[in-house]
Amino acid sequence: MSLHPSHDLGVWVAAALTLCIFSFLYKDNPFYKFAEHLFVGVSAGYYLVLSFWTVLVANLWDPLLAAFSGSHGSPVAVRLGDYRAFLLLPALLGVLLFSRFVPRVSWLARWSLALIIGAYAGLKTTGFAQGDFVAQVQGSIQPLWTGQWGTSLNACIFTAGLLATLLFFYFSREHKGALGGASKAGMYFLMVSFGAGYGYTVMSRISLLIGRLQFLLYDWLGLR
Amino acid sequence: MRQLEGLARLDRRWIFTVTGLLVLIPLLWPLNLPLTPSPPVRAYYDAVAAVPDGSHVLVSCDFDPAARPELEPMTRTTLRQLFAKRCKVVVVVLYPGGARLVDQIVREVATERGALYGTDLVNLGFKAGNEAVMVLMGQSIPNTFPRDQNGLDVGTLPIMRGVRNYSSFPLLVSISTGYPGTKEYVQQVQGRFHIPIAAGVTAVAAPTMYPYLQSGQLLGLLGGMAGAAEYERLMHESGPASRGMDAQSLAHVFVALCIVLGNVAQWGWKRREGA
Repeated sequence: MSLHPSHDLGVWVAAALTLCIFSFLYKDNPFYKFAEHLFVGVSAGYYLVLSFWTVLVANLWDPLLAAFSGSHGSPVAVRLGDYRAFLLLPALLGVLLFSRFVPRVSWLARWSLALIIGAYAGLKTTGFAQGDFVAQVQGSIQPLWTGQWGTSLNACIFTAGLLATLLFFYFSREHKGALGGASKAGMYFLMVSFGAGYGYTVMSRISLLIGRLQFLLYDWLGLR
Repeated sequence: MRQLEGLARLDRRWIFTVTGLLVLIPLLWPLNLPLTPSPPVRAYYDAVAAVPDGSHVLVSCDFDPAARPELEPMTRTTLRQLFAKRCKVVVVVLYPGGARLVDQIVREVATERGALYGTDLVNLGFKAGNEAVMVLMGQSIPNTFPRDQNGLDVGTLPIMRGVRNYSSFPLLVSISTGYPGTKEYVQQVQGRFHIPIAAGVTAVAAPTMYPYLQSGQLLGLLGGMAGAAEYERLMHESGPASRGMDAQSLAHVFVALCIVLGNVAQWGWKRREGA
């Protein structure tokens, strides 16, 4: 095993900032605070610039410029994806969002918000209905006997878990007697799923630590 | 029992130290613990393998540097499997902050495999709009992404000839860390445009994806670093995910041990208080 430290200044800066963040594991300190504030500031700046160039310029300014320069035919061309003057309307709605800063005309922002919420509600509702609700109900209906003991047992446990969990969320009657037993079984099924979720979360967080240590060992120190 | 009760007052920095060592030592001296591909990972591999050689494949890489350790290895392995089949890879990014990272990964794998940009591969870059972009791509991909990551007109690229919408692809590979990602592709695209989807997600998101796998809405699933490592094993690679799995396993055993000891200590504590 030999060391071949990186000659890249960026890698050294990243390594130093990683160590600053790790120092918080001992206790809060100025190095950690510095790295934390730097990260927040750089992230905010990065996302602001990113939004400007990938949303405002790419989706609004460039198409409008092309529309009014005449290089793409009529400014009111209607074929989808064409550069068109109609984009002035969403631009105006976007500007109206800033009317919140002027109390006298702040109500104007509601028009933009109504459009945004309406469009997204429509999009999400149809998507959820198609992708989640109907498809998941279809997926939940399965034969209990498949001809093989293993898969049949799996199907039975799945169906019992599904019904018990649904009963756990039935609140129109006190959970006593048979309903109480079923809802308790549902709670155990839920706890198993929470446990699986916790295990995966631990894996995700450990992966981040492994990623940072791999960076420090291989990219920064050049361990081979 | 009294010693176990002392665990409740243990300085948490000891736990950090042990966890750090359990992750660091296997990275320095690998243990090569056994790793067996699970059915969801094998299904992912099979879904990519079933794509006809030379066909177009849409790969949506929706992650940023925060998810890099988990999703970069599976992205690289997926691209290698696709390039080995001479597939034409169309990459899109719907996650802000990920475009540069994804471009770097895609170009490195393309160079390594001798894939030509514009002919075997195109990175259409980032487009803001989340689900709206997904739905628009179902109408026309060239109109949704008129220019690629570097500002080239997609109409001039040979790979984009014949690419109209989702119907131009036999498979969509979604590698994602959150919103927008695989869940939104299942909701907005799979049901509406009927394109088969194989997914790779972070470990945190994996449990929420299993219902889609069980219902057949996803053909295969890679969950976190473990999924990526199993996929590398199927591809006979020894990438960063495989190298990290020894550390992952040891850390998990330690966390499980801490949970057991913590519960025993708590139980002892309560018993003494009750007595």
